[in-house]
Amino acid sequence: MAKLTLDTLRKLREEQQKTMVMRDPSNKDTQIIVGMGTCGIAAGAKDVFNAILEVLEAKNITHVLVTQTGCMGLCHSEPTVEVIVPGMPVVIYGNVKRDIAKQIVQEHVIEKKLLDNHICDKPAMDIIRK
Amino acid sequence: MHATLCDIVTDLVQNSIEAGASQIRVEVSTHPKQIEICIVDNGKGMDAATQARVFDPFYSEAGKHDHRQVGLGLPLLKQTAEATGGHMELHSEQGKGTTVRFYVEAQHWDTPPLGNLVMTVLGLMSFRSAYNLTFTRKTQHDSYQVSRHELIEVLGNLEEAGTLNLAKGFLASQEEALVH
Repeated sequence: MAKLTLDTLRKLREEQQKTMVMRDPSNKDTQIIVGMGTCGIAAGAKDVFNAILEVLEAKNITHVLVTQTGCMGLCHSEPTVEVIVPGMPVVIYGNVKRDIAKQIVQEHVIEKKLLDNHICDKPAMDIIRK
Repeated sequence: MHATLCDIVTDLVQNSIEAGASQIRVEVSTHPKQIEICIVDNGKGMDAATQARVFDPFYSEAGKHDHRQVGLGLPLLKQTAEATGGHMELHSEQGKGTTVRFYVEAQHWDTPPLGNLVMTVLGLMSFRSAYNLTFTRKTQHDSYQVSRHELIEVLGNLEEAGTLNLAKGFLASQEEALVH
């Protein structure tokens, strides 16, 4: 890969935006949030973050928001991934590995189906800000 | 001990963000005999009493998680530095910020691998908070620098899958050019 400059990056972004306008923006309000606390990092959250970006790129999905958060109090189930899709329940998946991360994008985000066997829980009650 | 040196960096930069830093500098220098990592922030800093406690793994700042008293970032760093023939320095001043600098022997048997630097920097750049982060990477022969503000200026945001993947490609190209 040639070393990219910021000008090249700007042009790539402009090209991406042109194709985005033509594409169905149905995933616009979808969010994927990866737990990146010490516990998540130790359990492999960065690999999960990378896997999510890889599969979204492979599926040509650019609108989905992919963000990070700190510890959600579910250290025993890290890496954790929260998924918010309009019209679906907000879900936290636990013990997510690369293959499950890819399933989350394919089944939850694209096909709008929950991955029943990987759903963890709500954030731990003592972590939620009242 | 964290599995990679990059994991330590992620942990410490999160501390900077949580300390309200608006400016964070991260520098990673790799040389054949030594790896040096430095994190400088202008967050709220720590007084002497707090600095004396931060290496206790069962100490965490009050209010972060009220019922949980575990803070592993700096203790894990200290453990890694001491176990690998390196050392660490912590300088902090309340109201001004904190600097953490650590060195490890590159060839030491127990030195963790550097880890995925591209994903680490991308992660550090994409937390939802108002801060600038300047990342500097150096080797014996070359270097590059990239800042969060300039990536956001070029890409518009660092939250969407599309812009994150472009930023990832940009960072990967910088790193690849440095290594080869």
